[in-house]
Amino acid sequence: MVARLTFCLLICLPYAVANAAIDAYQFPSEDMRVRYHRLIDELRCPQCLNTNIAGSDAMIAKDLRREVHRLLIAGKSDAEILEFMYQSYGDFILYKPRLKAATIVLWFGPPLLLCVAIVILVVIMRRRGRPAAEQVDSQRLEALLARREPD
Amino acid sequence: MKENKSLLVPLVLFVLLVALLGRGFGLKDPHLLPSELIDRPFPEFALAKLHDADRTITADHIRGRISLVNVWATWCPNCLVEHPELTRVAREEGVTLIGVNYNDESIKARAWLERNGDPYRFHIVDDQGTLAISLGVYGAPETFVVDADGVIRYRHVGAVTHKVWLNRLSPAIELLKGKP
Repeated sequence: MVARLTFCLLICLPYAVANAAIDAYQFPSEDMRVRYHRLIDELRCPQCLNTNIAGSDAMIAKDLRREVHRLLIAGKSDAEILEFMYQSYGDFILYKPRLKAATIVLWFGPPLLLCVAIVILVVIMRRRGRPAAEQVDSQRLEALLARREPD
Repeated sequence: MKENKSLLVPLVLFVLLVALLGRGFGLKDPHLLPSELIDRPFPEFALAKLHDADRTITADHIRGRISLVNVWATWCPNCLVEHPELTRVAREEGVTLIGVNYNDESIKARAWLERNGDPYRFHIVDDQGTLAISLGVYGAPETFVVDADGVIRYRHVGAVTHKVWLNRLSPAIELLKGKP
């Protein structure tokens, strides 16, 4: 475990920043090259937790890039390639997880939390605003202002 | 009294947040991905045999008996660590052990086996890592329990220690043996 973590830290981190995907793959068309880069951007490296396979130099990321290239050359569609990766590695491999029961919190949790936060904010602002405006004692305010005037 | 109740709201939210984060950070090993392959047939493949490159091994060779399919490589230090236990399991417990030599050079692999002993029934040469990808492997070693119908029943990521054998692999195999 420690070895694997160290491996990840040593290998992945510097390259994640430098975007290390410099394999010399040939593509019959520019369109396919664009699709290749879009796919490797979308697929997450299973070894290093927070990088896509485009930005990782881990062995498995290299293998997966080669596999994506091979499948593209074999005439597979983007959806078929993503499905193939999904069959082997599950939700983890997709940076955009599929919408299903297990991932519903991932998809709708953040917007829901935002809505809750906004509601709380509005409630707090209303509560604070209202009493403050109502409770101003105009006589006392004038007295305070009058006391200040000589300055 | 009404005031007191609304004061509890942040506390409740905080406790929920702590519970959520505690669960996230508490996961023992974030590398342990849930395997998609449990209860699915062993992926189809056609790869060379390590000790006889002319022979092709397919998924058919894995069916027929309960086996441990072990993904290993000479560059993998933990593979050397688990080797004595795998050897013991194969020789003393009579478990069928099948090797997937992953992203390796066959010459090095054969030398490694000569040096450390070869308790495997045969090894599959997966020098391109294609079989490993179909298996959802992301490092070595990984070990799969495959039943007689060629269905993957259990997956262990990391070295097979004696403890792992006793607590994980052996019960999985016994469970399969118990089935008619």
